[in-house]
Amino acid sequence: MRDAYLVCESLNKSFGPTQVVNHVSFQIAPGECLGVIGPNGAGKTTTIRMCLGLTQPDSGNISAFGWKMPVDELKIKSQLGVVSQFDTLDPDFTCAENLMVYGRYFGHSIKDIAKRIPKLLEFAALSNKANAKPGELSGGMKRRLSLARALINDPKLLLLDEPTTGLDPQARHLMWERLQQLLQQGKSILLTTHFMDEAERLCHRLLVLDHGKTIAQGTPRDLIEEYLEPDVVEVFGTNAISLATSDLKNLAQRVETSGETVFFYTHRAQPLLQALGVYQQIRTLHRPANLEDLFLKLTGRQIREEA
Amino acid sequence: MHLRFWPVFLRNFLVWQKLAIPSLIGNIAEPLMWLVAFGYGLGSLVGEVQLGEEKVRYLVFLASGSICMSAMNAATFEALYSAFSRMHVQKTWDGIMNAPVKLDDVLLAEMLWAGFKSLFTVTAILFVMLALGIGQSPKLLVAWPILLGMGLTFSCMALIFNALAKGYDFFTYYFTLVLTPMTFLSGVFFPRDQLPPWIHMISQWLPLTQAVELIRPLFLDRWPEHAFVHVVVLMIYGVSSWMIALHLTRKRFGR
Repeated sequence: MRDAYLVCESLNKSFGPTQVVNHVSFQIAPGECLGVIGPNGAGKTTTIRMCLGLTQPDSGNISAFGWKMPVDELKIKSQLGVVSQFDTLDPDFTCAENLMVYGRYFGHSIKDIAKRIPKLLEFAALSNKANAKPGELSGGMKRRLSLARALINDPKLLLLDEPTTGLDPQARHLMWERLQQLLQQGKSILLTTHFMDEAERLCHRLLVLDHGKTIAQGTPRDLIEEYLEPDVVEVFGTNAISLATSDLKNLAQRVETSGETVFFYTHRAQPLLQALGVYQQIRTLHRPANLEDLFLKLTGRQIREEA
Repeated sequence: MHLRFWPVFLRNFLVWQKLAIPSLIGNIAEPLMWLVAFGYGLGSLVGEVQLGEEKVRYLVFLASGSICMSAMNAATFEALYSAFSRMHVQKTWDGIMNAPVKLDDVLLAEMLWAGFKSLFTVTAILFVMLALGIGQSPKLLVAWPILLGMGLTFSCMALIFNALAKGYDFFTYYFTLVLTPMTFLSGVFFPRDQLPPWIHMISQWLPLTQAVELIRPLFLDRWPEHAFVHVVVLMIYGVSSWMIALHLTRKRFGR
């Protein structure tokens, strides 16, 4: 790997008796997008907060751009752009003022910031909203304004904590397109998300966390190949659930059930689909295995109540 | 000391600028109503107040005390309700700390801002008092930095409670259990000599008392006695409150 922008080595953090981050290590290379995925409470946000110096790790090392946390915290932050899970836009300022005020926290001159504002608003597709306040913006617009604000210092690395949660598909696709553009410009991104299609589309590499531990890492394709059978047959309908324990299970490598649906994971779907043809009351869906399957395999299907 | 707090201070200033006139009217209307209702109304019944050797018009007695009360209230409101909105409700502080600005800088900016806002409010009130002919001594120029120092002291004290608060309701305790009794015990409305001896003893060490003892003589065209002691006591309140507020705020954000 070329000189990584961000290197985290064996980070540990406990809150009381709960270890929320447990020996987590990763690196991000220039131009790379690393996705951090995991159920609620897996330690994603805490990991990001440690990278920002907002939470002190109990042990482990963080360095970025050749500087070390926490001694060089402010130098490191001057090269970072952050979009946190919840918008922290200033409700009293217009979009343009939000960017101006935020730029000053980096010590940039008013003249320099003013030059960047029109470009950033255009990038965020908010040029015609320069004088609107955040309260007048849609959810997608607010997230894009947050992204534009995170770019005010022209950062090398962006830390994005669930940047598309709560957005409609149009707004999400526009956000993805913008993030792709940033990657093409050579910026690096650390992204946490609950959307596996988002992770598959944007991320070069994934880090799967659960209960604070790294349970898998690699490219999305490699992970799917490593952990999953290539084909999935979903079966649902009257009494579908009883098929999970029938002889049909011998036609699949692995069978899972969730509610009233049975998932057959297999290397050869045809024999299974033929056998299923005799059942009148059920419906089937045959599809390739995807990241969502991987995620559920690694982290289980049960709801995480502690989140 | 680094200047990283400055853009944060400026941020608060810019928001305030948008609402300055209505907020100013709100801030000075209440103290002026006190002055009219009590100063002119009650003042005509009371007439003069014995202050040491001297007899003083009640209106002037009240005006010189109530300007201290206004400085205290203005700084406290800003460092409680407004700072809490920015810290907890709007998450403005969290946004700022993603930039190269530390929590200590943000807190310092809030402290100075509340002091500045308080100074702005009392300046407006002072002008109205001058216009009404209540105080005319050139010595009142010295009241200005004293009122600023006092605003800063009370903003430090309020930031302690800001750091501890879970919601706005908590601040009601601070007002009703701390500030309101202090107002009555510090000689704002009546001379402290009226208090029972043991309460009088305690009252002379209250922060608001220091301010009143410093400001009131200036209205009467005299220099305050024991000025050094009063300034030092105020500073002790300010500095120790700042250290406690800083410690508690760091703890609050420690996760």
